[in-house]
Amino acid sequence: MSKLIELLHKDIRVIEGLKACINCGTCTAICPAAAVSDYDPRMVVDTVQQGNEKELELLLKSDTIWRCGECLSCKTRCPRENVPGYIIQALRALSVETGFFIESKQGQKQLAIKRTVGDHILQYGYCVYIDEVNTDMYPEQGPVWDWLRENKESVMNRLGASYKKDQSGTLRQTSNESLNDLKKIFDETGATERFDKIEEYSRLNAIKMDIPFSKGNDEYFKKMYEE
Amino acid sequence: MKEKIRNQAWEDYQKDIADDNYYFARSCIRQNFFPAAEELFLKIIAKELGKNIFDDAQQTTCTGIAYHSGIIPFETTSTVVARQFSLMNEAGYENFVCSCVTSFGIYSEVLETWKHFPEKEKEAREALLRATGKTFKIPKNLVHTSDLIYKFRKEISEKALLQLTNQQAGLPLKVVDHIGCHYAKIFPEKGIGGAEFPYVLAGMIDEWGGSQVDYPERRHCCGFGFRQYLLKSNRGYSLSNSKMKFDSMQPYHPDLIIANCPGCTFFLDRWQYVISEMEGKTYGENGYGIPVLTYEELAGLLLGYNPWDIGLQVHQVAVEPLLDKLGIKYNPDEKYKGLNGQDLGKPEMPSILKCH
Repeated sequence: MSKLIELLHKDIRVIEGLKACINCGTCTAICPAAAVSDYDPRMVVDTVQQGNEKELELLLKSDTIWRCGECLSCKTRCPRENVPGYIIQALRALSVETGFFIESKQGQKQLAIKRTVGDHILQYGYCVYIDEVNTDMYPEQGPVWDWLRENKESVMNRLGASYKKDQSGTLRQTSNESLNDLKKIFDETGATERFDKIEEYSRLNAIKMDIPFSKGNDEYFKKMYEE
Repeated sequence: MKEKIRNQAWEDYQKDIADDNYYFARSCIRQNFFPAAEELFLKIIAKELGKNIFDDAQQTTCTGIAYHSGIIPFETTSTVVARQFSLMNEAGYENFVCSCVTSFGIYSEVLETWKHFPEKEKEAREALLRATGKTFKIPKNLVHTSDLIYKFRKEISEKALLQLTNQQAGLPLKVVDHIGCHYAKIFPEKGIGGAEFPYVLAGMIDEWGGSQVDYPERRHCCGFGFRQYLLKSNRGYSLSNSKMKFDSMQPYHPDLIIANCPGCTFFLDRWQYVISEMEGKTYGENGYGIPVLTYEELAGLLLGYNPWDIGLQVHQVAVEPLLDKLGIKYNPDEKYKGLNGQDLGKPEMPSILKCH
């Protein structure tokens, strides 16, 4: 076996997700991503099952593996207990690990997710926080969201939330102790390493694309997030 | 053997739900977008039903959204989950209830993985100890918040001031239930009713006097898609899938949508606004949308809570058509007031969707 295939087959998500695919296409029929984009989970599983190193490398460098929405409807439906959504998780992990993610437009966008959800976890203790969500970035939030944000202290008080308070409850200030625990867990278990990899490959790509790159919502972030 | 009729197939999928003493884990999305929902849930469980439930200030995200978007590895998620279990142990609880379908899928996935790959549990234990000095015991019972409302649906019905009935027409309200993929599609045996005929919300509709809407795309994903929604460039994925559902349910004229999952509740509410702006199309009656509620918001209304105290004013789709059908008296002037009647102005009106 060659290197990429070996690495992929070490991932428990492939061990669990790839049994013997009969290429029936049930996963593609049920897939919400296939309904709205050029995505075919049957082909992804077939490529992985074939085990061709060159084909696998092309897959890791492609937009394809980033199209899945991880709803895992395929897990329920596969008549042979394969899970294309699990295989996708392993492919994405390997794509970041090898740096191949930077070769595709969709893969490059991982930076925008790292700088929103990823950084929010370590800053607020949760994936999302009201202070970071505005209607420029999320216009679908609608005018009611602008009203809520403009009046958040008063509305949150009325609704019994603990916004920014040092106590239990909705939108409280997560304690430094909890945030430190999260950071140490991230350092210990590979998340920090993955974050660093996403940032470093993105920095090099920004130089190649001649786009200013620093941190937060910089120009490179905006391009990845919006275009 | 007599063949079971299809609409009773859900009865094969039952699960143990502890009677009392729960450790409560919050949702990232609900806290922000439906900030009163979790407080209402806690009130219903503790005050209406007299159960013991603990809301811990030390808890955090389960990291599920990051995990399913591919930015953190399984090992990180499972160790954060292990920390949550450890906090539950420290607080003296054995029954874990989480307020998010993504989290429910995450906790279930971690426990199943540990069962099949004991070395992964060992790894998580060691990583947690190194990082935080903590150890943990696996919960005796792990459920989703809607499982508790389902379990106590009869008790809630007995205390309710109202049934899910159109007061003027005297007919049951037509209710769409949306379950959320990660409640039962990953592990059908862990959801009430399984993946084919999930009964967790349908059971509430039946018990509270409504009528279920069975429409073609009933089991289709809302379209969250994790990274697909999180990126502005990819959001069409999410919108298109929700639209598929709205177009499919509209001919059945639903009075209400209730959703199980925090993300689904948000998308089914907000994408109606976006579709109205993009295409001029509205899905409810007289220019309104179809109101979208969480299960505890619906329970709260039937129990007599003031709609503006349980956060229904921060939904983008107006709930007034539903309140009128239920015969709930409300003061429209109170809708956008702050604490103690403070005047906070009003949100701008969308161009098409009728809101207030």
